Amino acid sequence: MSVAVSRRAAIPRPLIFGGVILAASLILAIFPALFAPYDPNAFDYAALLQAPSGTHLMGTDNFGRDVLSRVIHAYTIDMQIAIFATVFPFLIGTVIGALVGYIGGFAETLFGRVVDAVITFPFLVLVIAIVSILGPGLMNMYIAVGVVGWVFYARIIAAEVKVQKRLDYADAGRAMGYTHLRIIFRHLLPNAITPAVVYWMTDMALAILLGSSLGYLGLGAQPPAAEWGVQIADGKNFMATAWWISVFPGLAIVLTGLGFSLTGDGLAEVLRTKK
Amino acid sequence: MNDIVISASGLRKSFPLSRGLIERISRQPALAVHALNDVSFALYRGETLGIVGESGCGKSTLARCLVRLHELDHGEIHFEGRDIAALAGSARRAFNRRVQMIFQDPYSSLNPRMTVRAILTEALSVHAMRAAAEIPARIAELLDLVRLPQDAADRYPHAFSGGQRQRIGIARALAVEPEVLVADELVSALDLSVQAQVVNLLLDLQQRLDLTVVFVAHDLRLVRHISHRVAVMYLGKIVEIGPSESLFTASQHPYTRALLAAAPELDPSKRSRKIAAKGELPSPIHPPTGCLFNTRCPYAFERCFTERPQLSDRSANHQAACHLTHFDEKDSVK
Repeated sequence: MSVAVSRRAAIPRPLIFGGVILAASLILAIFPALFAPYDPNAFDYAALLQAPSGTHLMGTDNFGRDVLSRVIHAYTIDMQIAIFATVFPFLIGTVIGALVGYIGGFAETLFGRVVDAVITFPFLVLVIAIVSILGPGLMNMYIAVGVVGWVFYARIIAAEVKVQKRLDYADAGRAMGYTHLRIIFRHLLPNAITPAVVYWMTDMALAILLGSSLGYLGLGAQPPAAEWGVQIADGKNFMATAWWISVFPGLAIVLTGLGFSLTGDGLAEVLRTKK
Repeated sequence: MNDIVISASGLRKSFPLSRGLIERISRQPALAVHALNDVSFALYRGETLGIVGESGCGKSTLARCLVRLHELDHGEIHFEGRDIAALAGSARRAFNRRVQMIFQDPYSSLNPRMTVRAILTEALSVHAMRAAAEIPARIAELLDLVRLPQDAADRYPHAFSGGQRQRIGIARALAVEPEVLVADELVSALDLSVQAQVVNLLLDLQQRLDLTVVFVAHDLRLVRHISHRVAVMYLGKIVEIGPSESLFTASQHPYTRALLAAAPELDPSKRSRKIAAKGELPSPIHPPTGCLFNTRCPYAFERCFTERPQLSDRSANHQAACHLTHFDEKDSVK
C-alpha cells in the first residue's frame, strides 16, 4: 500500500512511544532467553513465594519460579496471540468487507444480517462457546476468534468502501475500462483501509486481554506455559500474601496494550488522506 | 463533418427513489427521478457539441450514459454503428479506451493515494498503449501536452490546485488516446481565470489530436465560445439543438430564449427587465404532462398541456421541440 506522507511531516509522538514499546516487546518475544535471568519453569523449593528482591526482581511464585523470567517468556505466547488472533480476521474481513461495500444491494443486506447475528452475542461468550466445543488450546482460540472477529473488520471496510465508490475517481476507473477487482483492491481499498488498520492495533491489545482471559479461565494457553493470564490465575489464591505473582503479569498486559493503542493513534494520524 | 461517431436514440433513464416500509405496505407506486426523457441526437466526428441546461436537467446523467457509467432504461447509444450496451469483454474495454470522460470535481476525480505517475502508468499499461520501457517517456509527453511541469509526475493529487488537477484528469483521459472526450462540467469548479486556461487547453488539444468533444456545462457564454453545435436540455429532454451561432442568435425555443435572457449582460443598455421564465424547475419525479416547459412558458396555450412537442426542423441542422415557430412579444399569453 502506498501512503501519502509529506516528507517533512514529523512522526507523531504516540507512534514513537508506541513503536518503542512494541519493538521492545517483539525483541523480548523472539529472544526471551537472552533477557530472562532464570528458567521460567524451574521449580525452586528453597525460594517459594519470595517478595521482589535483588535476586528475584519480581519475586517468586508458589513453586519458586522466577516471576520476571515467566513474564519475559510470556511475551512469546502473548505477542503471538496478539498477531495470530487478529491478522486472519483482518485479512478475511478486509476482503469480504471490500466486496460487500462495492457490490452493495443483496450482498449488503445478507452481510447486515450476519453482523446482527454476531454482535448480538457478547464477543467473549461466543469465543468461549466455540473454544469449549473445539477444546482448549491456542490454535482453537485463533480459530474461534477468527470465526467471529472478521465481522468487525468487514463492517468497517464495507462502510468505507461504500463511501469511496461513489467518488468520481472510482467512476474514472470504470470509464477507463478497469476491472472491478482492480478498482476495488487497487483504488478503493487503499483509501478505505485506514480505520481498519487503526482498529487492528486496538484489536491486538484486546486480543492479548482475550488470550489472558481465556488463559485465566483455562481455555487458552495451558499451564505450566508462561502466559500472563495463566500467571494471574496462578497468583489469584495468593493475592493477599504474594501480590507480585499476579500484579507484574498484569502490568505487562497494560504496557503492551498501551503500546498497541499508541501505535494505532499514531498510524491514524500518519495514514490520514490529504485532501 | 458528416461522419457520425455516436448516435443516441430515445434515451431514457430514471433513478428509483427508495421507499419506506409504510409506502411499500400501502402499495404506493414506486417513485423515480426521470433524469432522461427521450433524448436523441447525433455526434459528428471532429465537432464540439455543447450540452447546456439548469442543474438537474439530466446533462450529467447523459454524459455518464455516453461512457456507459449508467445503463439505460430505454433507447440505444451507437458508437460507430454498434450498440454500446451490447459490448462486453475486450470490445467494451476498447470502447472505454476510445470514449473517455473528464469529471466535474477535481478534488474527487483523482485517487488521493496514487501519484500522477501511478495514475498515468496504470492507464497506459492496462490498455497496453506503450511497452513498459516507453512509459516514462510517454508520461513526460502527456505532462507536456497538458502543460504541467515534469516534476509533477511524482507528486500526489493533494499537492495540486483545482486547475492543475483538471489537467491531470485530462492527461489521464488522453493517455489512452481516445477519439471522443466527454467533459462533464470541466471547469465549473474552477476560478474564472483558471477556467480560461483549461478551456483553451481543451480547444488546443482538440485541434491537435483531432478529438470529438461533448462539452457539458451550464455556462452559456463558455459553451457558445467553444461549441460548434449546442443542445439545450430541460427536464431530461433536448428542447433545442443546432449550430452554435444560429442557436444563440435565433433561438427557436422559449426555454433557450429564457436562458439567454437570464444570462448576465455586460452592456447595461441591452439589459432587459422582462422575466423570460417564471417559477421554479418542476420536480423531475412528477414531470408535467404535455410540454415539459408548460409550467413556466410565457407562450403556453392549450395544446402545450396535452401534447408533448417533438424536435422538428427549423432551419439547416437546427431543431426545436415547440408547437410555436414564431415568437413575438405580443404572442405572449401571460
